[in-house]
Amino acid sequence: MEKTVNQKAWLLVLPVLVLVAFSAIVPLMTVVNYSVQDSFGQNQFFWSGLVWFEDILTSERMHDALGRQALFTGIILAIQVPLGIFVALNMPKQGFWATFCLVTMSLPLLIPWNVVGTIWQIFGRVDIGLLGYTLDQLGIDYNYTQDALDAWVTLIVMDVWHWTSLVALLAYAGLKSIPDAYYQAAKIDQASRWKVFRYIELPKMRGVLTIAILLRFMDSFKIYTEPFVVTGGGPGNATTFLSIDLVKMALGQFDLGPAAAFSIVYFLVILAISWVFYTVMTNLDKEEAGK
Amino acid sequence: MAKITLDNLAHSYLPEPTGEEDYALKQLDHVWADGEAYALLGASGCGKSTLLNIISGLLTPSRGRILFNDRDVTEAPTAERNIAQVFQFPVVYDTMSVRDNLAFPLRNRGANATYIRERVQKIGAMIGMEHELDRKARGLTADAKQKISLGRGMVREDVNALLFDEPLTVIDPHMKWELRTQLKALHHEFGHTMIYVTHDQTEALTFADKVVVMHDGRVVQIGTPQELFERPGHTFVGYFIGSPGMNLLDATVKGDTALIDNTEIPLGRDYGRPAGHVQIGVRPEFTRLAAGNDGLKVKVRRVEDVGRHKVVRTDFFGSEINVIAGESEGVDTAADRVTFDPAGINVYVDDWRIEGTAA
Repeated sequence: MEKTVNQKAWLLVLPVLVLVAFSAIVPLMTVVNYSVQDSFGQNQFFWSGLVWFEDILTSERMHDALGRQALFTGIILAIQVPLGIFVALNMPKQGFWATFCLVTMSLPLLIPWNVVGTIWQIFGRVDIGLLGYTLDQLGIDYNYTQDALDAWVTLIVMDVWHWTSLVALLAYAGLKSIPDAYYQAAKIDQASRWKVFRYIELPKMRGVLTIAILLRFMDSFKIYTEPFVVTGGGPGNATTFLSIDLVKMALGQFDLGPAAAFSIVYFLVILAISWVFYTVMTNLDKEEAGK
Repeated sequence: MAKITLDNLAHSYLPEPTGEEDYALKQLDHVWADGEAYALLGASGCGKSTLLNIISGLLTPSRGRILFNDRDVTEAPTAERNIAQVFQFPVVYDTMSVRDNLAFPLRNRGANATYIRERVQKIGAMIGMEHELDRKARGLTADAKQKISLGRGMVREDVNALLFDEPLTVIDPHMKWELRTQLKALHHEFGHTMIYVTHDQTEALTFADKVVVMHDGRVVQIGTPQELFERPGHTFVGYFIGSPGMNLLDATVKGDTALIDNTEIPLGRDYGRPAGHVQIGVRPEFTRLAAGNDGLKVKVRRVEDVGRHKVVRTDFFGSEINVIAGESEGVDTAADRVTFDPAGINVYVDDWRIEGTAA
């Protein structure tokens, strides 16, 4: 196609550039600014080069937090994606109950993070929480404030409760878009339920599942409020994920330089993983569509 | 392979049908003979696909029974009926190769690998895709995908029946002809019972031994192409089949003559004195343009030369009468009357054909 050259067209992009600059680039640059300086207080800063980056990249604290974060994200993805698909497959396809399910399932998505955290913080308490009290009465030794495993289980169950519906809703939308003829053809071809899922439903849901995984990855990798409210990163450092650690560093210890370097590394990790994931998925797509 | 019996069948998409008009498929009794090729012909929305889906078990009829040979399968699921069906729009399994697509129904039935390989190769050749067997089905053109759907329909040799629901809609015209020929060849070779749904009369007449014409949820006539042409049982058949369709004129019938606008038309047979809405139907092939004093006085509107013959469009007090004249036959400019060959005249009362007795 012939393209017309008109340099004035750049003016049309200007408003977007201004908006993006104010919403993202300028705030990010202040962080970059901190990351390459050191301060001894009194608002005096010195150039420190890449020292903070070296520190952060070699720090065991960062590595541990990253490890915990990766484990958490891995676990919730491994639960939420299959569970969401399973729920979507078993939802009514139309009528009153379909609407009912959709609305009920959307409810957790509408609750603010800190409220979710508070709900579970109380829910899990052994003295007054329904869950904690019941488990205690059943003779199960459960205490999320003392036991690392209990804390992890609580956080994972909470996240699954909060976010599985997102995956389910997306998968449901994908399923609804499959024309009836596919199911009819599968019946004619005498395909088993598993084969219908494997060769019709899963391929057709692929696009929405890519989005679902990407969203859940990014979101869970950034998780802060809920674990902060429920466990505060404890017991010990057992649930200190990246963002909790970052806040401790930046606001608790007021180590602005290292914290800024931490933020940038953190941001780049999310960006890199998302980019790799997205690129791989779309390339696979193209490869399959091609030859 | 099986004889398929429809016993007292009817279907409504409404949960509680009250009147006859609520039924998408009105009461139907019919036997599809084992090994015959049928075409199910009718305009869109006349219940053809409903009937097909009931036979394959994708729909359960509101009333009546379906028997395969003598087994009642009304409630049996599709898989149990062992039927092949090809839909109007292509359905392929995107992530599989063409080969796996074709092999899919066989694998689901647990056929052995050697047999599958040979059979798929054969079907691949039949649909003209033997060189593309190893590519992914995704990204193929619509007609290639439809060929795969057809292939998947034909791949099982032991099916009870093969059902086609307007399968060639998305296919290129030249490929259409070829695939139809392939289907006929397949029918001759294996003798499956085949039901081919279409709204294209050429497709129906060239494909089938017997054509079933449906109109408004009802089967109006079942017959060979020749019967449908010469003795349409219902005015719809007369109008729907033929190009142009049958001429229909309101008439008063007395014995062996029809009276139209005070012109007497000999019918050749005695029809008594039928009451109701009486019409005579004559195909353009049995209608002649004439000069003189016999026949109905008409106004010639235009003459269309369609190659093999000419179609003369005439006007008789507002209703159209079409005449087919041979290619070499001249159209007399003085001609202002049409006459009918008595052998080609049918008499209809309230749209249904009545039988005359020899005069």
